[in-house]
Amino acid sequence: MVYENPDGVMIGLEIHVQLNKLATKLFCGCSTDYHTSEPNTHVCPVCMGLPGCLPVLNKRAVEYAIRIGLALNCEIVEQTQFHRKNYYYPDLPKGFQTTQYDYPIVSDGKVVIEGEDGEHVVRIRRAHMEEDPGRLMHMGSIEKSRGTLIDYNRSGMALIEIVSEPDMRSPREARRFLDKLRNILEYLDVFDSTLEGSMRVDANISIGGGDRTEVKNISSHKGAERALLYEIMRQKNIKRRGEKVVMETRHFDEARGVTISMRTKEEEHDYRYFPEPDLVPMRVGSWVEGILETLPELPDARRSRFISDYGMVDTHAKALTSDIRVADFYEEVASQVDPASAAVWVSDVLKGELNYRDLTIASFTVEDMVKIIELVVSGKITEKGAVEIIRNILDEGGSPMDIVKEKGLLKVEGDVVDQAVEEVLRENPQALEDYFAGKEKSLNFLVGQVMKKTRGRADARSVREMMLEEIDKNYR
Amino acid sequence: MLDGLSDIKYKIGSSSAEEVVASYLERIEKSDINAFTCIAEDATDQAKKIDSLNMEGPLAGVPIAIKDNISTKGLSTTCSSAILDGYVPPYDAHVIERLREAGAVIIGKSNMDEFGMGTSTETSTYGPTLNPWDAERVAGGSSGGSAAAVVAGQVPVSLGSDTGGSVRCPAAFCGAVGLKPTYGAVSRYGLVSYANSLEQIGPLANRVEDVATLMDVISTYDNRDSTCVKHNAGYTDALQDDMEGLKIGVPAEYFGEGIDDNVQKLVWDAVGKFEDMGAEYTKVSMPNTPYALAAYYTIAMSEASSNLARFDGTRYGTRSEGENWHMMASKTRQEKFGAEVKRRILLGTYALSAGYHDRYYLKALKVRTLVKQDFERAFEDVDVLMAPTMPTPAFRIGEKMDDPLSLYLTDVNTVPINLAGVPSISVPCGFSEGLPVGLQVIGNYFDEATILKAANAFEKNTDHHTKLAGAVV
Ligand SMILES: [Zn+2]
Repeated sequence: MVYENPDGVMIGLEIHVQLNKLATKLFCGCSTDYHTSEPNTHVCPVCMGLPGCLPVLNKRAVEYAIRIGLALNCEIVEQTQFHRKNYYYPDLPKGFQTTQYDYPIVSDGKVVIEGEDGEHVVRIRRAHMEEDPGRLMHMGSIEKSRGTLIDYNRSGMALIEIVSEPDMRSPREARRFLDKLRNILEYLDVFDSTLEGSMRVDANISIGGGDRTEVKNISSHKGAERALLYEIMRQKNIKRRGEKVVMETRHFDEARGVTISMRTKEEEHDYRYFPEPDLVPMRVGSWVEGILETLPELPDARRSRFISDYGMVDTHAKALTSDIRVADFYEEVASQVDPASAAVWVSDVLKGELNYRDLTIASFTVEDMVKIIELVVSGKITEKGAVEIIRNILDEGGSPMDIVKEKGLLKVEGDVVDQAVEEVLRENPQALEDYFAGKEKSLNFLVGQVMKKTRGRADARSVREMMLEEIDKNYR
Repeated sequence: MLDGLSDIKYKIGSSSAEEVVASYLERIEKSDINAFTCIAEDATDQAKKIDSLNMEGPLAGVPIAIKDNISTKGLSTTCSSAILDGYVPPYDAHVIERLREAGAVIIGKSNMDEFGMGTSTETSTYGPTLNPWDAERVAGGSSGGSAAAVVAGQVPVSLGSDTGGSVRCPAAFCGAVGLKPTYGAVSRYGLVSYANSLEQIGPLANRVEDVATLMDVISTYDNRDSTCVKHNAGYTDALQDDMEGLKIGVPAEYFGEGIDDNVQKLVWDAVGKFEDMGAEYTKVSMPNTPYALAAYYTIAMSEASSNLARFDGTRYGTRSEGENWHMMASKTRQEKFGAEVKRRILLGTYALSAGYHDRYYLKALKVRTLVKQDFERAFEDVDVLMAPTMPTPAFRIGEKMDDPLSLYLTDVNTVPINLAGVPSISVPCGFSEGLPVGLQVIGNYFDEATILKAANAFEKNTDHHTKLAGAVV
């Protein structure tokens, strides 16, 4: 099966990733841990752009960027070079942004995603390092604001801007690319996706070889998919009317799910790039080998290893490795119980219950999962009981053993079940007759009645067996 | 003859830093040459503290003037621009930290051309600094206040900054000694950038040995300036009189059109003096010198257009009112920057613009490489180069203000040094019609020791530095 791409959709993405796992900002010693702090408390003369201050390049940030480049199969530049991008904005304390221009730290890479028709390669054009500006805070709504405050806590945070080629052929592929990219970056331990503004996306999109539009202000992967779906529809309508799509920048209105023209008669901005005289080139070519050696296992490799080491099916391996926290959780569980059962319980049951509640794996402990699997494997509780425990923990809290006791979930066997089977057969002669008449379904009814009597603590499969045995013995 | 550092240290030893600083404050008070933009209110307290702690240190109790573009914690730093009126930095530049550790008393900030853009200190928002030898003439620039204060005896030493001659020009015009160190020898952390790939902080004094002492203090390595290079100091130890075998190169291109006859003669006399001391000279050629001026101004203005973008009235200094941020920022810049600063920002913006970038900025960078190669070639054969610092003695105040080009042309002999990044010192080599003339001694990269040694030997064998300017009270 080959994906035809009927509308000739071409999507390219530019993703700003904040390297928020660094201890300090890109050009100064300020701490990056500002997310819960008062405005303008994580600042110094350098990131405030005070007269006379000079940048000093954070070596670790360069290392992170190279790590990302290697994970995205990129070429690494021999030595760093930074440029100034000159423009005026109140959040930009120096009146220019220190960024990279014709020598990005890494370039020419690729990422393999699950495309519309199987594995699909998205080429990475480049990824470059730059500093984040500060943040404007409007007093009230943006239209009626009485004033604007500036918080420079974010100013000078290290960003890496990853630019893809226009290789995605559908909004779904764009979303999968973003998911995959986030996953890779988290495996690299360079960024924490849970912090606000840690990943910001701009999308370029064209259809049928026409002019492209750029959609800005996309804050989530879901948002990217929605914005692109809207934009395809909009562009198709324009073409249907026989008009031409105008090359422009559009703003995504998340609440309304539409893109809006920025309407500024934006001429091509002249940023007057020139090399930053205050930074000397840093030779990094020789670092690459060492960084490569310490590169952690990446999602695709882990997925293969899960299949070979734990003997699980690919769908489980994929589900477990698509989020590093889930993968780590699984491996901890699997080290204590049967890995095959763990794969089923974590990827099929737990992940499902978490998704349903919009929770992350952080809401569940490894110990509880281990305990629950142990209870099931040893036959002390039923599978149904195990699911109940998981739900109970997520909804109300508590420990597995307490819930077992409280709800009386310990599996019942032997006499109690025997007795229940005898009673049910005695009390339901019509159902038994129906069964003899060839209605298989009535056996299910009888089993159900036993389960009801034991309040679900019996094992349904063995109840069925016992039932058939009893019928053969006493009712034929 | 004015007191040098050794005299002052003796005086402090026999009286107190407080008394010595008071005597200098009194001179500043009496003077009307407009060398300072502000006086430190705590100057006396600084001196008292040094007395009470019995502080040691190479500059313990020595008053010093700091060019107003070097960041001083708690002390106004305006770059002589209205746009920075009221700005008091929350941090010290590296050189200021070093001076404080050495016991120096920061006595005030010295006048300069606005943001260093000028050759006469006439573009200062506070008005020009007057030449101590002739109040109708300029003190040179852009570090005019730093040079004039030293020569008028208001401080024994000062710091300036040199982007295209801004230490050496006023040193020559006022008759002081001024050093532009090798690019990377002194940390620029805290120096408000005008053209950051070209400039260095440099000391000024009435004696070569005092310049060397200051260099020993300020030129330590600083990791806050990525362009700062680890190197050996020990400049004071290098001072000896022995000139035997010193190889001097005299570049013909530095004696070309526009160089005053008297100036040429005094510089040749100086070269002769060195010959008498055992040195030998050869003529050398530096063929790319004629292109240096245009390349210098293109690069300096381009960098300046970006460096000065941060002055938008948002965070510090003064601001004009406007209905929104863009109007506020643009009105602030329109009203608070002086004409010369605006001219350079505009020209620099133009030179970096799409379509012109390659023709101007990129070409200037290529010329810069060629100029650099001139110096590298020259220093294969000679130890130092000697040339006039300035084409003429100090000109009259107002004489060139309506003709920026003629003003730019006066930098012809100083800017190639900044393009190359080599060190250069200007020392007094005589007087032309009562006005001082400077000899420029240019050295190889990080070889400040050799030019300081040569300048010191010259000073020891001449008496130009013993003459007192009329402004000394
Ligand atoms: Zn900072």
